[in-house]
Amino acid sequence: MTDKQLVIIGSGPAGYTAAIYAARAGLVPLVIAGSVTAGGDLMTTTEVENFPGFPEGVQGPELMESMRAQAERFGAEVLYDDVETLHIEPRRHRITTALGAEYTATAVILATGSAYRELGLAEEKNLSGRGVSWCATCDGFFFKDQEIAVVGGGDSAVEEATFLTRFAKKVSLIHRRGELRASKAMRQRAEADPKLEFVLDSEVTAIHGADKLEGLTIASTADGQTRELPVTGLFVAIGSDPRTALFAGQLDLRPDGYLVVEGRSSRTSAEGVFGAGDVIDPVYRQAITAAGSGCVAATDAEHYLSELSDSELNTKEK
Amino acid sequence: MSQEVTDADFKQQVLEADGPVLVDFWAPWCGPCRMVSPIVDEIAQEHAGKLKVVKLNTDDNMQTAAQYGITSIPALYVFDKGEVAKTIIGARPKPALEKELADYIG
Ligand SMILES: Cc1cc2nc3c(=O)[nH]c(=O)nc-3n(C[C@H](O)[C@H](O)[C@H](O)COP(=O)(O)OP(=O)(O)OC[C@H]3O[C@@H](n4cnc5c(N)ncnc54)[C@H](O)[C@@H]3O)c2cc1C
Repeated sequence: MTDKQLVIIGSGPAGYTAAIYAARAGLVPLVIAGSVTAGGDLMTTTEVENFPGFPEGVQGPELMESMRAQAERFGAEVLYDDVETLHIEPRRHRITTALGAEYTATAVILATGSAYRELGLAEEKNLSGRGVSWCATCDGFFFKDQEIAVVGGGDSAVEEATFLTRFAKKVSLIHRRGELRASKAMRQRAEADPKLEFVLDSEVTAIHGADKLEGLTIASTADGQTRELPVTGLFVAIGSDPRTALFAGQLDLRPDGYLVVEGRSSRTSAEGVFGAGDVIDPVYRQAITAAGSGCVAATDAEHYLSELSDSELNTKEK
Repeated sequence: MSQEVTDADFKQQVLEADGPVLVDFWAPWCGPCRMVSPIVDEIAQEHAGKLKVVKLNTDDNMQTAAQYGITSIPALYVFDKGEVAKTIIGARPKPALEKELADYIG
């Protein structure tokens, strides 16, 4: 059991920004980064064009590597491991990891991000990685000259569909409603794309294939009529949900699942526990807003720790 | 670092190998692959002699990747006597990988 003043769970833009601020404040934070998901969502993308300070754009993994280096430069410790349990207990939160480490922390920052939503169809899991994918930039390359489909109607679905026409012979964009939710600019780009076909007012009701995807059943949301769509790839882009499994039941969550914080602060319903990034944000969910809220969380945690008397501090290394 | 194999020597290094061989299909642009590769290397080292581990860059060796229907990376395939014996697709933490590979490293 190791005692820490501050443990940050998550190493996306929110977690690493919190680590930079906390480390510069001398708190020697421990970042539990995740093992294979360290760096967060931006590890699965290519060019990030809207993060300030990079006029030519920057590769997602490169940006996250820089954030990690910046946090470590000021003394943050980064552990590539997954938190398995978190017991919230004021001034002595307890954490165990998949590799068997145990920590107590006076303050905790939760920056666990969000996870892709699944369609919930039979065979979806079996065929995941065998034609069914959640990441166009990761897997698009393998569908050269094939016919594929994207499900979803928001910005990310339309962006994925447009991106995939670089490789695929044809991309069908399947959306439940008659109109896409995506922004006008995004829609116009998509409509001008000759390889993109819109399959509106439709939903995927079945996925077919034994060891690789062979096709989909699509039902009209208007009259229920079904038809088969033979595709070798299906990209699911129907949104994401906050990753709260570690603390659901211990902290207040909103009805839509996001972690509740107080006003513009990062304070959750428990003393000494702070939230940052996509896990508290149902609206903006961008790298820069996640980074901004990481700064807020580190600042709140620093205030919290400085107001505790020395005897209440859970640490041998202050 | 584990040995790299290519389209040219895949048959000799993997299919004709004596024992089981784990092939780590990866590409330089794949973020999760960067996280999995060191874990795979660690497992290989800790169980040296039991399971041969090699890496195949899917950008440079599209023929082998296509032949085994790779559509998502990282993908870990165990070959035994020239046949695919196990497939693990997507990044997993070390304990999960060790469990999946228990038959070969146990
Ligand atoms: C394909 C794609 C492209 C995108 N492109 C852009 C873009 O161009 N510009 C932009 O601004 N935004 C973009 N975004 C959105 C952006 O990635 C997110 O808004 C941002 O990453 C959120 O940061 P975060 O720190 O809150 O969470 P994440 O980046 O999701 O990080 C979550 C972290 O929590 C960790 N974690 C979760 N559970 C545990 C656990 N139990 N134990 C340990 N660690 C855990 C994970 O390892 C991970 O490090 C994109 C997203 C995707 C998916």
